[in-house]
Amino acid sequence: MPNEISGAPPESYFALGKPYETDAYNLSQGKRLYSWFGCGSCHGDDGRGGVGPSFLDGWWLYGPEMVSIVASIRDGRPHGMPAFRDRMPIEQIWQLAGYVQAIGSYRPKVAAPSRNDDNQSRPAENRGPAKILFDPGPVGVHPDQGPSP
Amino acid sequence: MTRHKEGDRRDTALNDAELQRCLTATWSTPAGLWGALSTVDHKIIGRRYITTAFVFLALGGVLSLLMRLQLAQPEARFIGPDRYNQIFTMHGTNMMFLFAVPVMQAMAIYLVPLMVGTRNIAFPRLNAFSYWMYLAGGLLLWVAFALDVGPDVGWFAYVPLSGPQYAAGKRADIWAQMITFTEVSALAVAVEIVVTVFKQRAPGMSLDRIPLFVWSMLVTSFLIILAMPAIMIASTALILDRLVGTHFFNPAEGGDVLLWQHLFWFFGHPEVYIIFLPAVGMVSTIVATFTRRPVFGYLGMVMALIATGILAFGLWVHHMFVAGLPRLGESFFTASSMAIAVPAGLQIFCWLATMWAGRPIFKTPFLFVIGFMVIFVIGGMTGVMVASVPFDTQVHDTYFVVAHFHYVLVGGAVFPLLGAIYYWFPKFTGRMMSETLGRWTFGLMFTGFNLTFFPMHILGLQGMPRRIYTYQPEMPWSGLNMFISLSAIILALGFLMFFVDAIRSARSGSAAPANPWGALTLEWATSSPPPAYNFMHLPVVSSLEPLADDPDILPVASGLRIDRRELLITSVVQAVPEARESSPGDSIWPLWAAAATSVTLIWSIFTPWAVVWGSIPVAIALIGWFWPKGVVEEDA
Amino acid sequence: MRIVRNGLLAVALAVSGCSGNQSAMDPDGGPAIHIAHLIIGIVAVCGVAWVLVMVMLAAALLRGRGRTGREITNERSLMRAVIAAVAVTVVIVAALTVSSFFTTRGIGVPEPAAMTITVRGQQWWWQVMYADSGPNASFETANEIHIPVGRDVRLELQSADVIHSFWVPSLAGKQDLVPGRSNILLLRAEKPGIYRGQCAEFCGLQHGHMAVLVIAEAPADYERWAAGQRQTALLPSNPEALAGQAVFLGKPCAACHTIRGTSAHGKTGPDLTHIGSRLTLAAGLVETTRGSLAAWIADPQTVKPGNNMPTVALTGVELQQISTYMEGLK
Repeated sequence: MPNEISGAPPESYFALGKPYETDAYNLSQGKRLYSWFGCGSCHGDDGRGGVGPSFLDGWWLYGPEMVSIVASIRDGRPHGMPAFRDRMPIEQIWQLAGYVQAIGSYRPKVAAPSRNDDNQSRPAENRGPAKILFDPGPVGVHPDQGPSP
Repeated sequence: MTRHKEGDRRDTALNDAELQRCLTATWSTPAGLWGALSTVDHKIIGRRYITTAFVFLALGGVLSLLMRLQLAQPEARFIGPDRYNQIFTMHGTNMMFLFAVPVMQAMAIYLVPLMVGTRNIAFPRLNAFSYWMYLAGGLLLWVAFALDVGPDVGWFAYVPLSGPQYAAGKRADIWAQMITFTEVSALAVAVEIVVTVFKQRAPGMSLDRIPLFVWSMLVTSFLIILAMPAIMIASTALILDRLVGTHFFNPAEGGDVLLWQHLFWFFGHPEVYIIFLPAVGMVSTIVATFTRRPVFGYLGMVMALIATGILAFGLWVHHMFVAGLPRLGESFFTASSMAIAVPAGLQIFCWLATMWAGRPIFKTPFLFVIGFMVIFVIGGMTGVMVASVPFDTQVHDTYFVVAHFHYVLVGGAVFPLLGAIYYWFPKFTGRMMSETLGRWTFGLMFTGFNLTFFPMHILGLQGMPRRIYTYQPEMPWSGLNMFISLSAIILALGFLMFFVDAIRSARSGSAAPANPWGALTLEWATSSPPPAYNFMHLPVVSSLEPLADDPDILPVASGLRIDRRELLITSVVQAVPEARESSPGDSIWPLWAAAATSVTLIWSIFTPWAVVWGSIPVAIALIGWFWPKGVVEEDA
Repeated sequence: MRIVRNGLLAVALAVSGCSGNQSAMDPDGGPAIHIAHLIIGIVAVCGVAWVLVMVMLAAALLRGRGRTGREITNERSLMRAVIAAVAVTVVIVAALTVSSFFTTRGIGVPEPAAMTITVRGQQWWWQVMYADSGPNASFETANEIHIPVGRDVRLELQSADVIHSFWVPSLAGKQDLVPGRSNILLLRAEKPGIYRGQCAEFCGLQHGHMAVLVIAEAPADYERWAAGQRQTALLPSNPEALAGQAVFLGKPCAACHTIRGTSAHGKTGPDLTHIGSRLTLAAGLVETTRGSLAAWIADPQTVKPGNNMPTVALTGVELQQISTYMEGLK
């Protein structure tokens, strides 16, 4: 971002119809980045969490908005989320954020990546895995995240 | 629409003028938009089908010119890789599914009922439905292409490239669903033709008196019925993998990517013969007419058609010689692929014998047949080459194969088809096409075709693979590619001249008599273009060439009702009359049914629930279709 | 010695126009030579057959040209001629089938004991893994396969994503790389040289730019090359290159690429440990020079649209440093 204000999307983003959230190509690129950059090692290959929080349990520690997901990836968060500012270009961060938001959505999207050609541990992204796995019970905050975010 | 019931009026006691008036009233399509949308006349639908298919041919041709523009120079930036992949996928898909198969079936829709001497095709409403489905499938593909969501995975759509992981978005879904549209329409037409040929032949037209074109369409229709389900299963499995999350093609969950190739080519190879066999029928018809003698070896020709049809299902693996299948299996498929050269050779030799013994008359349709002989034999020879496993490992997926199948499909099917259009144009429109322009068209196309496609053999052996959007300047291919691109202009001019001639002649060509070529099959026994009821009296046939003697004294059958659409059902082998059967009248419901089916199929690209909710309008349309309307045709 | 070898390679490149040799009709490998003989044989037979058919066609057309009435032709002799022609077809087709079968037999299959190289197709480059004898002996490279001349090499072909096809026409016929399977291809070069090949199965956007070079060299040269490849990357001595290494490790590069001997362990992109010693860049797209490295790193999406390498924002100085570093990774 030229003005160094973290995560603010360029205005053209809205003019283009939020491509990082609605464009299947960007979402599938985000899915590839998710595995290439090892997100799964903390958040689970299927996004169900591990050392890091799950994306599918209905909880967004910093809210489900794109801007805040981008900020989390770009700048890191306390309790172990590293900053990817220096490891991937901003466009890829947006693609990855779009994918993370898509798998956590409760509503299956038309533009969502479908299953991968490997072992499946949850329904594919285009079938709204978070909706199927969502547990309304008191999940609370992940222990590693401290008492409150 | 209830028609007054006048009792049981037959055609026996009427004079010609009265009979003509009654038949016209019963069979003709009402004027106006409603009539056009609800017609079930096989001639109107056939003409529509042919016209639509030629529009798709022209569009596909434009795509090929765009590809040639891009490939004329190395590292050209005229078209990017994404658009180029869409263009070559569209070219292949469009030519195979929207042009070649439908246009052959369309010729049959128009000609088979005339050639077997009946008044309409079997299941005429299904016929109308099939056209609307075909049109909707074509529009789906082309509108998607215009919106930049055209398929980009090749006309063969190999998984996993077309699967859920590597083909993001809806492009591959649109390809797979377009297959469903064209399959439905192709299967419907195939069933109509089989039933028409088996049960509606003119009395006396026993199996050994069926014209060769009709035989070829009969065999083709069986091929369609047996081959198309494989691709329907494959494309449905692909959609399920992509949308619902099944694992037909996912090796990690026990699926197999080669399963797709087996299913696809189990359809894909017979597909070649589905396109080629009708052309064999056209060539036989044209050769017989323009050498003034029946085709030599009728029985051999029919047996060759059937043998080709059977062998066609035994050689799909030669498309997979480099996929890593067991050696022994590959040897079997080498032998079977080579074996199909035998029936093809028999047909060629029979035509040569016919020409040898006949008196050739060099009119445009016959010129196209000669062009076919020259080109198709080269295509057959290269076919024998790629049947050999070691040979194929060097030329598979190269421009050699591109050259090979264009020699087979353009030389083997499009040349005969254009000859057939020149031949039957007077029957379709009542006007002649221009002989001068026809000769120019043939000359340009023959020259342009060979200059365009022959060098591709060399490019392939020089190592140029198919489906590349560009190549590097250091490769030794740029000279030939430029030559090919320039030659393609000649070929395109030939097609342009054909379209100009066809459009001009349809408007203002010289009027055609009933039988301008002196041909001997039944379609020439009626006027050009034929009346809505085809024949005033149903002909009776006593030889392979019913018009060999004076057509004015063609024996006829009578006794059919004229106050309702009625035709004669005959036995399968001997064509002995068995029953009078009513033929359904015009109906708007096939259009509604096709519209409801189209909405369901397109909607299902976006959600599987479309199949559930979409079945409601489909069910309503079908109920409307079959609801008794109290017309005379419904009387038992 | 390396200088001499590189000099030879440069000469070879100049002669072959960088492309190497990529033609089925210019074979230098055992399997390809067998197949080229078969190709010449079948084409000759089919060519003669075509000419004969065309002569018959011309004769048939000319014969009846001026004829007026329907002449009585001897149908029986015509039938005999057709049957004879069909019989000849059967014989030719059978002969071709048998010759094809014997060519396959002649090519043979590689011995399980032969030197094995694993080639994994990726969108749109080739990952090449040498895992010969002994510990610490395995190493990885990309888009360039070195083989010793005159020895059977067994290629184990796998795919990481979609179907690709490995095809170096001057050495052997092609073989697909199918996900979930492992196919075997016998490669054998009879003469030293650079043989170019490229992916032959449509594999997506950059299918057209997925070339591979097979470099066949004398066994001694090959061993020297392999020994060099086994080593980890040297710490650069020149300060610009050293700065380039810092840029490489600090920027996104290291997340996808491996340089053995540094902290870069990414697995997504090609192994860059000895990228400076490879002849070409981006799967045969451009020759490896400092300029082409800089151009590629600065804007990979213009050089090869759609590939998986992102554009990383670098200053001009950084770009220069990193390309110097890359070039030095011999």
